[in-house]
Amino acid sequence: MTERERDSVSGTETTGHEWDGVKELDTPLPRWWLYIFYACILAAVIYWVLMPAWPIGNGYTKGVLGFSDRNNVAADVGALRSARAPMFERLADASTVEIAADPELQQFARAAGESVFGDYCRTCHGAGGAGAPGYPVLADDVWIWGGSLAEIEHTLRVGIRADHPETRMSMMPAFGRDGLLTPQQIGDVTEYAISISAAGARLDPNRAAAARGAVLYQEQCAACHGATGAGDRNFGAPSLNDDLWLYGGSREEIRRQIELGRGGVMPAWEARFDPGTLRALAYYVHEMGGGEPDAPPPAATPAAVPEPTQNGPPSAPLR
Amino acid sequence: MWKFHRWFERHSLILVVGILVVVSIGGLVQITPLFFIESTIEEVEGVRPYTPLELAGREVYIREGCYVCHSQMVRPLRDEVERYGHYSLAAESMYDHPFQWGSKRTGPDLARVGGRYSDEWHRAHLENPRSVVPESVMPPYAFLARADVNTALMGNHLRANRFLRVPYSDEQVASAAIDARAQAEPLNAHAYDFEQRYPGAAVRDFDGNPQRVTEMDALIAYLQMLGAGIDFDTYQADAPENTR
Repeated sequence: MTERERDSVSGTETTGHEWDGVKELDTPLPRWWLYIFYACILAAVIYWVLMPAWPIGNGYTKGVLGFSDRNNVAADVGALRSARAPMFERLADASTVEIAADPELQQFARAAGESVFGDYCRTCHGAGGAGAPGYPVLADDVWIWGGSLAEIEHTLRVGIRADHPETRMSMMPAFGRDGLLTPQQIGDVTEYAISISAAGARLDPNRAAAARGAVLYQEQCAACHGATGAGDRNFGAPSLNDDLWLYGGSREEIRRQIELGRGGVMPAWEARFDPGTLRALAYYVHEMGGGEPDAPPPAATPAAVPEPTQNGPPSAPLR
Repeated sequence: MWKFHRWFERHSLILVVGILVVVSIGGLVQITPLFFIESTIEEVEGVRPYTPLELAGREVYIREGCYVCHSQMVRPLRDEVERYGHYSLAAESMYDHPFQWGSKRTGPDLARVGGRYSDEWHRAHLENPRSVVPESVMPPYAFLARADVNTALMGNHLRANRFLRVPYSDEQVASAAIDARAQAEPLNAHAYDFEQRYPGAAVRDFDGNPQRVTEMDALIAYLQMLGAGIDFDTYQADAPENTR
């Protein structure tokens, strides 16, 4: 290449390109920029050696550091688990009394339970277990399936009408939708249900209708809800004597529930959480307000419960 | 040197061809190996092609722009694994065309949402998100419960996916319309055949309206199977043979 032309004003070489008499200066790159550029190239080469980089055939260069996202996260999660493990181990066998007697353990159970509750349970049961129509209040002392620590934990493990083989299962028939009772009869049963509950004081049931409904109640409802309407936790049949209603406590809402026989679904959490987390969650729920004293471990799931038929919305297993 | 340079600078067509060649070298070096590296084409037990109803739900998910606010990828980071569950595997998106990894989370990640809530909850939440999550900013999608799924088109959807290498059989394509209906109707005469064609798929009335197969059915069917296929008790993602 011949000696390049110099610009007379700046003294800098030109590139030799010329467009309509205009020439381009070939100003050298600043030194600092050039050195950073070379350093970047060098850093890239070092990175190729240390980290996974180049594809070869059906694999790739692993790099001498053996970096792996999967191993890193497994180590991180493992470290977290082992840091919590001693507390979870203590929690696993502790009764409510023992947990309450040990401030450190109690604090741990509350914190762990609250965190999981916020992520998984709050969306249905509400902040603090306040409940919503169709989603039971957890902060009161009324329990559909049982309120001891063991019963709550069992419910968490197997879910309600979930896809767990031992799930808590019960189905109220849809007396209206499926035509098991006539609208007239449903009206009578509604009046009777109101008359045996504390709601009778505010809703003023029709005595004649309630008397007719009493007969129907003994035929259709008493098997699960009990002869007096006290409910039966073996069947997840709520008490009808109080004035707390899962699907609303107006006359219309009570009637609608008899017509539709709705029943909610709670997922089974056994596969998602380890036993320590389940115990912490159970303790958190137990502490919300109405936890009952520890009882012997739950009896096997009631055998007399009907198999789920693939029939209509509330009855079909939902997962 | 200048002679060749001059060539490129003086002829725009040659310049364009030159740019294409250079850019495609970069692309080929980065993309081609992904079709051959074992760790990116791994198959994992439990991942199956979508059923017609789930596929219809996926179409609704894409049409309504759910991906704008929801990602479908749990990253391999401790806090994400703590909150959402096992991190996502490449294999879990293998039948997604296009994948729904997303790039922003206004709402939570949905890669592991399957089985986390009841159908009834999904119904209430899609109809009015504030009814179950008071602080939610999600818009309501109540109209999905009134829009029927056009099951007659499902065969075409399956065919398009098969063109993209989703392994649908001729039988599955031919019965797509029947299957879309059967999955949402447990009493449907074809429910048994459907279960034979798609083992492990859930058959139930997702939207609580047994008379119709709506887009609500489809979307809930899709949401309820997201991330629920792989049994992470048996699949060890950090075992040496699966490490990457």
